[in-house]
Amino acid sequence: MSSGIRETERDKIFLACNYIYVFLAFLIVFYPLVYMISASVSDPKEVASGAMWLWPKGITLEGYKRVFENSNIWTGYGNTILYTVVGTAVNLLVTLPAAYAMSRKDFVGRNFFMAMFMVTMFFSGGLVPTYLLVKQLGMMNTMWAVVVPSAASIWNIIVSRTFFQSSIPKELQEAAQIDGCTNMRLFLKIVLPLSMPIIAVMALYYGVGNWNSYFSALIYLNDAGKYPLQLVLRQILVLQEMAAQGGGAIDTSTAAAMNSKAEIAALVKYAVIIVATVPVIAIYPFLQRYFVQGVMIGSVKG
Amino acid sequence: MHITHAAVNGNASLHSGGSPRTLGKRIVRNWELYLFIAPAFFYFLIFCYEPMYGVQIAFKTFIPTKGIAGSPWIGFDHFDRFFHSYYFWDLIWNTLGISLYELAVGFPIPIVLALAFNEIRTGFFKRLAQTVTYAPHFISVVVMAGMIISFLSPSTGIVVHLIEGLGLPAPDFLTDPRWFKTMYVFSGVWQSAGWGTIIYLAALSGVDPGLHEAAIIDGATRFQRIRHINVPTLLPTMTVLLILNMGSLFGVGFEKILLLQNPLNMESSDVISTFVYRSGLVDAQYSFSAAVGLFNSVINAILLVAVNQIVRRTSENSLW
Repeated sequence: MSSGIRETERDKIFLACNYIYVFLAFLIVFYPLVYMISASVSDPKEVASGAMWLWPKGITLEGYKRVFENSNIWTGYGNTILYTVVGTAVNLLVTLPAAYAMSRKDFVGRNFFMAMFMVTMFFSGGLVPTYLLVKQLGMMNTMWAVVVPSAASIWNIIVSRTFFQSSIPKELQEAAQIDGCTNMRLFLKIVLPLSMPIIAVMALYYGVGNWNSYFSALIYLNDAGKYPLQLVLRQILVLQEMAAQGGGAIDTSTAAAMNSKAEIAALVKYAVIIVATVPVIAIYPFLQRYFVQGVMIGSVKG
Repeated sequence: MHITHAAVNGNASLHSGGSPRTLGKRIVRNWELYLFIAPAFFYFLIFCYEPMYGVQIAFKTFIPTKGIAGSPWIGFDHFDRFFHSYYFWDLIWNTLGISLYELAVGFPIPIVLALAFNEIRTGFFKRLAQTVTYAPHFISVVVMAGMIISFLSPSTGIVVHLIEGLGLPAPDFLTDPRWFKTMYVFSGVWQSAGWGTIIYLAALSGVDPGLHEAAIIDGATRFQRIRHINVPTLLPTMTVLLILNMGSLFGVGFEKILLLQNPLNMESSDVISTFVYRSGLVDAQYSFSAAVGLFNSVINAILLVAVNQIVRRTSENSLW
């Protein structure tokens, strides 16, 4: 009996350490997020000097004002919404029907298609041949260069196929077919309405990917008016800052004498981070269930 | 009701409505499924297989006016030039170094975190901790790079202030080559460790509660139960993820590296994929850069197959 009590005490200590550990992990992730929100509404001088380290100091909305006045950001926002909506629609139109076809055991050739798609996970032609192909297809500097080369992901096709296989009863399909229902009607009227969870997961996965991507826009678009938000952000967040870095080491005295232009730039940076990230982060807690579901369905096969 | 009725009917007339015997009939009956798969088929054919065909320019001198097929062959010259270049070993070392560092730090952390989450009773704190640690997964790589640059900027970054607040000299994270890999790896852990726990938590939710009950009766401590019940449960998932990670050792995520690269940290930040981007798309040396990219793809494929083979010999959990 005494040994039993000693062990629960040991367990209590262990559990307490565990809570502390998780709390620390939580803090480490949470702090930078809070800091950015505070920095976006604080006096840039307080931010740069380190006086603002948790709660906003010298509250100002100047950063947001500048962001909202910046036409590049608005154009980028518009482009990103367009590319995300069109891109995600294309992603779903390619992924879902293909995944459904491959989920059907009576589909002759499913193994061939599966093998053909899987090979691309292990081997690819690489950046340059893909670039030359897009160029040859005349897609350069159009929305299609951003949307079409990433029209489907083999991983997402497998996840959707696994869902269709495990959640659409085979009997349903057989019964519908015997009633003379065509595959098209079966898919549109019976399978899709039963597959809302996977449609949501796929729309979210592809949607977030499209919203956040920058590389294909970087290599395929030349016209600044077509830049998505992420490329505009790259100019504001990365290039400008890197130019300052490349100009040589900044010692403390020059930093202290930073002119207000640089301060405004720093302020704009935090505001623009918030403005660009809020749409994704804000919807995420409500849809967390679906995202998590996606990983789970994927892991069944994995 | 209707469906049941139809199913019964179907069983009765299996010959006409059930599964047709010949291959031809089965193909014809499901002709629409080929329509369904057509977009994906053509997508992969054009955007994945066509570049595989196009990679032949690695063995050619690419002349834009003559096209891929028409350009003259030159054999392994580009590979030869790459293998004997002075930067070859730097690129290999940086690529491998960043990947292995990332694997050593980034692989165990989600596992430990998932085990820790699993010990916490479901409630507000658990939900909060999970929601918050998952959130950075959704931050774009550009914003991530912007955050890193702002936080680590000399004299203004908050991390620099915190280090100086402790009375320590803060290094030049952004420009000192020695710090590049650490900066890359730990920002990656910050962003993806939480999200990485999901797959392990899914596996842990499948543990038979009877095992834990039996262990408690036998007087096992919490730690012992984790060590002997939960950890073995995670082994298959760990193995599969490890194989996948090993297979991409040479495929380090270059989008972030590209954003964090600057002339001062180049010696430690330049990896094969950023080199391919620079020499191919910026300097337009298409053939040479395609050769370097091909070398990279081949190594990736070999690594993946080799690691899978090793795992298959030693355990049950191989990918194929």
